[in-house]
Amino acid sequence: MASVTLSVNGKSVTRDVDARTLLVEFLREHMRLTGTHVGCDTTQCGCCTVHVNGEAMKSCTLLAVAVDGATITTIEGLAKGQDLHPMQAAFREHHGLQCGFCTPGMIMSAVDMVRRKGTDLDDKTIREELEGNICRCTGYHNIVKAIHYGAEAMGKAGTAAE
Amino acid sequence: MSGTGIGARVLRKEDFRFITGKGQYTDDVNRYGQAHAVFLRSPHAHAEILGIKLDAARAMPGVIDIFTGDDLAADKIGGLICGWMIHSKDGTPMKAGAHPALAQGKVRYVGDHVAVIIAETQAQARDAMEKIVVDYKVLAPVVAMADAVKSGAPVLHDVAPDNTVYNWALGDEAATQAAFAKAAHVTKLDIVNNRLVPNPMEPRAAVGDWDSGQDAFTLYTTSQNPHVARLVLSAFIGIAPEHKLRVIAPDVGGGFGSKIFIYAEETVCVWAAKKVGRPVKWVADRTEAFLSDAHGRDHVTHAEMALDASGKILGLRVKTQANLGAYLSTFSSCVPTYLYAPLLSGQYDIPAIYVEVDGLYTNTAPVDAYRGAGRPEATFVIERMVEVAAREVKQDPAEFRRRNFVRQFPHQTPVIMCYDAGDYDAALTKALEMSDYKNIGARKAESAKKGLLRGIGFSAYIEACGIAPSAAVGSLGAGVGLWESAEVRVNPVGTVEILTGSHSHGQGHETTFAQLVSERLGISIDNVAIVHGDTDKVQMGMGTYGSRSGAVGMSAISKALDKIEAKAKKVAGFVLEASPDDIEFKDGKFSVRGTDKEIDFASVALQAYIAHKFNGQELEPGLKESAFWDPTNFTFPAGVHICELEIDPATGVTRIDRWTAVDDFGNVINPMIVEGQVHGGIAQGVGQALLEGAVYDASGQLVTASYMDYSMPRAGDLPSYDVGMTQTACPSNPLGIKGCGEAGAIAAPPAVMNAITDAIGHEGIDMPATPLALWRAIQKAAPRAAAE
Repeated sequence: MASVTLSVNGKSVTRDVDARTLLVEFLREHMRLTGTHVGCDTTQCGCCTVHVNGEAMKSCTLLAVAVDGATITTIEGLAKGQDLHPMQAAFREHHGLQCGFCTPGMIMSAVDMVRRKGTDLDDKTIREELEGNICRCTGYHNIVKAIHYGAEAMGKAGTAAE
Repeated sequence: MSGTGIGARVLRKEDFRFITGKGQYTDDVNRYGQAHAVFLRSPHAHAEILGIKLDAARAMPGVIDIFTGDDLAADKIGGLICGWMIHSKDGTPMKAGAHPALAQGKVRYVGDHVAVIIAETQAQARDAMEKIVVDYKVLAPVVAMADAVKSGAPVLHDVAPDNTVYNWALGDEAATQAAFAKAAHVTKLDIVNNRLVPNPMEPRAAVGDWDSGQDAFTLYTTSQNPHVARLVLSAFIGIAPEHKLRVIAPDVGGGFGSKIFIYAEETVCVWAAKKVGRPVKWVADRTEAFLSDAHGRDHVTHAEMALDASGKILGLRVKTQANLGAYLSTFSSCVPTYLYAPLLSGQYDIPAIYVEVDGLYTNTAPVDAYRGAGRPEATFVIERMVEVAAREVKQDPAEFRRRNFVRQFPHQTPVIMCYDAGDYDAALTKALEMSDYKNIGARKAESAKKGLLRGIGFSAYIEACGIAPSAAVGSLGAGVGLWESAEVRVNPVGTVEILTGSHSHGQGHETTFAQLVSERLGISIDNVAIVHGDTDKVQMGMGTYGSRSGAVGMSAISKALDKIEAKAKKVAGFVLEASPDDIEFKDGKFSVRGTDKEIDFASVALQAYIAHKFNGQELEPGLKESAFWDPTNFTFPAGVHICELEIDPATGVTRIDRWTAVDDFGNVINPMIVEGQVHGGIAQGVGQALLEGAVYDASGQLVTASYMDYSMPRAGDLPSYDVGMTQTACPSNPLGIKGCGEAGAIAAPPAVMNAITDAIGHEGIDMPATPLALWRAIQKAAPRAAAE
């Protein structure tokens, strides 16, 4: 067993876990934060993307002990109460989701994309940057659109630098 | 139309929970005291099991119990079934080998289920699995279909000594021969429809639970049709009678067909819950999904098309081998037969068609319905054939299609289907305009200057959706009826709950179904809840697949709403002291014709429940109605997709430059959602054409069993889509809906391959047209280009 302390969505948590516990298991099984999904368990599909110290990472191949002390944001920590993050709002507004399973990872990746690439994103950049996220429902058309407008809205709201 | 009624681009009600991480998928369900199941799978494609040693595994930490096929047999748990009987052309019934949920004596594909380990944690179950020793006698496998029918081939099932499930045929052989005898030109083509793995992003999962006090089971499962799962688990597999078995399909993360079927893992989890006296949870990892989800497609076809001197199609004959895998999955038998051959007439007036299909066993994962199911395979055959035929007789491919379009409706094809409505010219004309077809020559020249090969490809598809009239499918061998059910519960405050037998796993029913209610009752969609996916709430239903939930599911709701309106008028009549015949209902208000007396819907609902204005002998209190809708015909969505692409001959890399889709889905409830369905379908079709393919090696190992080996379409592989619509209302249901869920996946593969073969100048390339395959094809002589 290993003791792991994380700050998850603004709350500090310490748990004794099996040393092989993955970050996604820590979040889903120990914290019951089930918004982070496991789509492939090989770091390919991006359904498990969370922010680790502000950077998007795939939690399905990351040991919880390896990020001991880190600050984690999951999809559940993105909205401020009922006020959606601009990227969440954009996915809804532009029909950027269907079954919803890849959506948390898509949104977490998209927010990170804006952090790295700015708020004025063209389609080519968005498509290239989505290399690590697979969606089987939407054909990406509306995801690309949602990220474009979500990035723009983040710029206006001043959330890009957060 | 009200702001949230039929035809409005309403944002989805279900989205809030999905974008905030509050969806409830099966893996998010955690029952008190639950244990975890892991399945030991066969590493061999074909082997006898001589013995299984479990002692060392049982001694591992956390292990609760381990079961094998013998335990299921001892409990008289039945095997998995195939629910559609197909007869061979000689009249004999299909040869269905036994399909135990856990292997009994033999394994027949890599991934076949050998044992289930139940432990305190998933990791402990996996550790224990490593300690199980299975004594296999490895048998020679049959992997390729061509090998399955060779004499002396290894036999999978004793009931099918030639590995043949059926030799089935449809159409008039003599009439077709006569058509070919008078042909001025015959086009011939060998066609491969590659095997795909459906890959919804949510892997399959199950939580089985048993209530010892009630001796009743609950199964949470990733299902597109929980009622059918309950029916099969109860009536055929024998888990428990239906009133003692509740099946819940909560939020489901995509299905595309693969979550229709009743699989081994779900069966074993719910059974094992009673054996161990604890809830049992299983979640597939992605490789398990590749190995054991039912695959799709996998046809090898030879087709011939007879033309007269003017380019009019006289006849079509098709011979297909369909790979059904190692066992017959739930609906597998109907996919390459009745969901395939009846669509081979396409949008064309073809006087004579004859189709033969051999369904074959191989030591590979079972093959069943995947988005489109049979119809993409048919469309690929007919649309490749007309394209190649047009090229051979040197006609423009668009005009060649137009020359052969069906124009009179209803149109009876020679292969069962009777097309009820459509306007194929309108879609083609619009697609040609949107794609700027007239300037394709200039664009090709521009590409050539850059050293690139530009091609354009058409696909004028038709599909049969709204599945399906029960009596009709019954006559074709279906074991079930394919109606849908609905119940409308109006609460005393005027809010409404719709209980539907359809299931939503991405389609947005919580929004579109509410739009229908909003339109009909004049209430806000916020006052409507859609209830689905729970057999304790919804009495019975057939589920969602085959683009049926709009045409069939919403028709059932519409019928129940008719009854609500009729009853509400009676209530309003008592309240307003008028005859129900004089009551009008419009925009949510009941009024007495010719007066200013009126009452709103919510007040009528309240009056129905307080029942102060009428007595129970005159009218029953309450406002709740139910209906079953059984379709009168299939529906026939159709359209034209045009793919334009560039290939770099130096690398074989394809870039889709523009995609034009013009679809006729009949009446549309929510254009935003319909367009989304089209986008997603195209992506899956492009995936099939350019990227995806399940590959088994000669020993029967699936070498494409992860996202590192199986190429899923990613954002950078795909274009944006230019989507347009034409509309002819469907006469076969009250809402005029045809269905839209599968169109893109059906239309796209031939559009891509017609564009690729246009670009490279010959037909010598199969799907998936990967860069390597294309580069090789480009190196071949290009006979058509050379001849020009």
